Amino acid sequence: MAKWMSVAQVKEQIEESSAEEVISSYLEAIRKSKINGYITVSEKAIEQAKKIDNEGQDGLLAGVPIAIKDNISVRGLPNSCGSRILEGYIPPFNAHVVEKLLVAGAIILGKTNMDEFAMGSSTETSYFGPTANPWDLERVPGGSSGGSAAVVAAGEAPFALGSDTGGSVRCPAAFCGVVGLKPTYGIVSRYGVVAYANSLEQVGPLANNVADIAILMDVIAGYDRRDSTSIDRKIAYQKALVDDVKGLKIGIPKEFFGEGIHPDVEKVVWNSIHKYESLGATWEEVSMPNIKYALASYYIIAMSEASSNLARFDGTRYGFRKSGENWNAMVSKTRYEGFGTEVKRRILLGTYALSAGYHDKYYLKALKVRTLVKQDFDKALAKIDLLMAPTMPNPAFKIGEKIEDPLTLYLSDVNTCPINLAGVPSISISCGFTDGLPIGLQIIGKPFDELTVLRAAYTFEQNTDYHTKRPLEVA
Amino acid sequence: MVYENPEGIRIGLEIHAQLNKLKTKMFCGCSSDYHNAAPNTHTCPICLGLPGTLPVLNKKAVEAAIKVGLALEGEIAEETQFHRKNYFYPDLPKGFQVTQYDFPIVSKGKVVIEGEDGEHLIGITRAHMEEDPGKLVHLGSIEKSKGVLINYNRSGMSLIEIVTEPDMRTPKEARRFLDKFRNILEYLDVFDGNLEGAMRVDANVSVYWGTRVEIKNISSHKGVERALLYEIMRQKNVIRHGGKITQETRHFDEGRGVTISLRTKEEAEDYRYFREPDLMPTRVAGWIPSVRETLPELPDAKRARFIEEYCITDMHARALTSKIMLADFYESICAKGLDPKIAATWTADVLLGELNYRDLAISSYNGKKIVFINTKGTEIETSFKVSDMVELVPLFAEGKISDRSAVEVIRSILDSKGAKSPSQIIEEKGLSKAEDDLVSKVVAETIAENMGAVQDYLGGAEKSLNFLVGQVMKKTKGTADAKTAREFLLKGLKG
Repeated sequence: MAKWMSVAQVKEQIEESSAEEVISSYLEAIRKSKINGYITVSEKAIEQAKKIDNEGQDGLLAGVPIAIKDNISVRGLPNSCGSRILEGYIPPFNAHVVEKLLVAGAIILGKTNMDEFAMGSSTETSYFGPTANPWDLERVPGGSSGGSAAVVAAGEAPFALGSDTGGSVRCPAAFCGVVGLKPTYGIVSRYGVVAYANSLEQVGPLANNVADIAILMDVIAGYDRRDSTSIDRKIAYQKALVDDVKGLKIGIPKEFFGEGIHPDVEKVVWNSIHKYESLGATWEEVSMPNIKYALASYYIIAMSEASSNLARFDGTRYGFRKSGENWNAMVSKTRYEGFGTEVKRRILLGTYALSAGYHDKYYLKALKVRTLVKQDFDKALAKIDLLMAPTMPNPAFKIGEKIEDPLTLYLSDVNTCPINLAGVPSISISCGFTDGLPIGLQIIGKPFDELTVLRAAYTFEQNTDYHTKRPLEVA
Repeated sequence: MVYENPEGIRIGLEIHAQLNKLKTKMFCGCSSDYHNAAPNTHTCPICLGLPGTLPVLNKKAVEAAIKVGLALEGEIAEETQFHRKNYFYPDLPKGFQVTQYDFPIVSKGKVVIEGEDGEHLIGITRAHMEEDPGKLVHLGSIEKSKGVLINYNRSGMSLIEIVTEPDMRTPKEARRFLDKFRNILEYLDVFDGNLEGAMRVDANVSVYWGTRVEIKNISSHKGVERALLYEIMRQKNVIRHGGKITQETRHFDEGRGVTISLRTKEEAEDYRYFREPDLMPTRVAGWIPSVRETLPELPDAKRARFIEEYCITDMHARALTSKIMLADFYESICAKGLDPKIAATWTADVLLGELNYRDLAISSYNGKKIVFINTKGTEIETSFKVSDMVELVPLFAEGKISDRSAVEVIRSILDSKGAKSPSQIIEEKGLSKAEDDLVSKVVAETIAENMGAVQDYLGGAEKSLNFLVGQVMKKTKGTADAKTAREFLLKGLKG
């Protein structure tokens, strides 16, 4: 059985042999893994495969395995969020996206590693240790959905779900040379996804090719009354799989090519833009003057929301608990030992930004900047169809290289987080290599215009072969 | 007469009322009917705040809040939104409470109460919606508790919080405001004040127009009055001894009847409010007209109508409209053709008096039967039927039973848990008014048996006649009409 299969190939394989055999081969790959991509492997996967073999299932993903980021609730499987504080917590309910996957017949292989509570760009802040990048085991896979991207790149799952608050799907997609989509805010229900920063995040698919992203979107997207920010739009994503960009107008925001960008990244991304030009698209430079404030605004908003979201982890009802002489002491000790350094840093900063006397100076100002950033996107996207830019300013860095320097690490989100402030859709696709490490091209669309984003990504894939390259270290 | 408020007292209230007549909680589908349920059985991942869950606003809760706002003659916001109030407490499963901050659903209302100098206007600053936390259950007393258990059945219940202007000038006015507010909520059918924890009050009070002190979390209307009386006395004492009042929060110890300092202004918590990102702003402008149509007749309007329509006194009308179900009961018996004035006396004076004496509160009324519960528990205690009154009042009005017997019948119906009818009781207890023949026979007997008293009376001791009347009543077991007995006695004594 081939190690890297598309969903279509997995389905063929199930036809030829059985779901049980397909699942077994993935479980075997996971057992031999060198990357620490999974936190939990489902013990029920084989059983579920047998059931589908015996009883049949007519869903779009009947018998097809998938990996789920460990902040998306799956009933009966631990949901650690990469943190010690959720030790022993097993959700008694499924996230909306998981329900949709199960109805479609998908089989959950397990829960993937991530930066603790999705706070990071390297998967190094996980309580369960870092995940290795399949292209170079000494390097990070990106984050925070590093486990999901790495297992897809390593052939340990055909596709996966991640979550993207400030780049957490697109960054690891770029570092691991896979495809990752951050949908328009409101397109995919957040019900059952543990919140880091509610107003910014969306669940997003990761896969080895654009077609599989579209299939996954057809399954997980759609209105859910349990999420009040959910939007009712019926879109057939696979209709986007058309090899044609003729006449498409591409905007190149020069602010995304600023200081600190790796020269090879810049070169490879421009080559991709010229590729689009050769395929019939046109491009022009656009200016988005407020982008330079996006990073600061993003971190203040994300940390503020996080400081509130993570207040529920107090050791009282579930998860890790460290005893204390009274309730206050118990909560302090539990949170002191249960959360890692980066999470505590963000809780403290967020608490500070919302405090009386600082609220207007930081939080409120960040919200105003967010509005300006949104307006920049509205203006730019009014004249053109898509924006293109590097996903990450540099290729994957070494494990341990930046973890002691949070500011440098925060700066790596500079090109991804503005998209979350604006709520627009954005995809990262593999568009070249430097020193054997993949580089991601980010394609940003108008709100609810995933179809154009997917079409552009699909067309690039049909006319290049970067997406067929595999990391030989894990072959 | 104008009340001068000589001590410069200002009282403002913050009242949390549970919208406990709604079927489900504020943000999830859990049933609100948890009051007799085992702990933590009316919970779900949402009201337990499990990670990944999201709130969905209960439209009925918003409609109820709009209803309250309209009843308070307030301005209803066209768009309303929710904020998070962040603090740590074991009864708060998310570590924040979803509440409203700068866009409350209601602002600028008013309520008229019976004040120290007649009608007195209390301004309503705002009313907003929020979710209730769970409930801590201390094993033993708070001070000596060996442990604390948490019951999240209450977690996520819809609350409406109203904040008044400091317009009350005496503890009695505060009490009257609370009674009136509760009455309005019950008229609106959004609130059942008999349920445990249904209403909690924080009271702000200052003397000599000075610094205000807040008394937190008082659970009864009577407790509010007592706490305020104590706190006003305490503040006046501090000032008399040359001290200054500090802005602080105090706790009312119901047992000892005193207030105790909890924290000063410097220790005030910073709740770090910010908009709840999981709930979108809700435009409610379009809902207001249809909610307005559902507004019932409110207490003041009903009272005015009763006076006009039934020609009863203001005092009777006030008593009858003090509870919506009592007012409905009264109208039902009037509709059956009873004389409204006599019906008012028997309902407002006798029945209501008997309920107050027995610590009974009205728990339901279905158009036929009014059910009472003991105010100290939820167990159904007794009931009284429309048909009971319809049967009883004419018997009295037509002189078939004495007024004493009629009172006895009402008491017996309540004693029988509403099982017995008036005729049954009259029969069992022989309460039919004694015929004149019987009375004259008993009078003759009484005169014969009490010659001493007869001699005293004839000797000029007029009081002895009362004794003789009493003896006649005793012999007839109260069925004789006292006036008839007296007439017959006078006749007998002269003869």
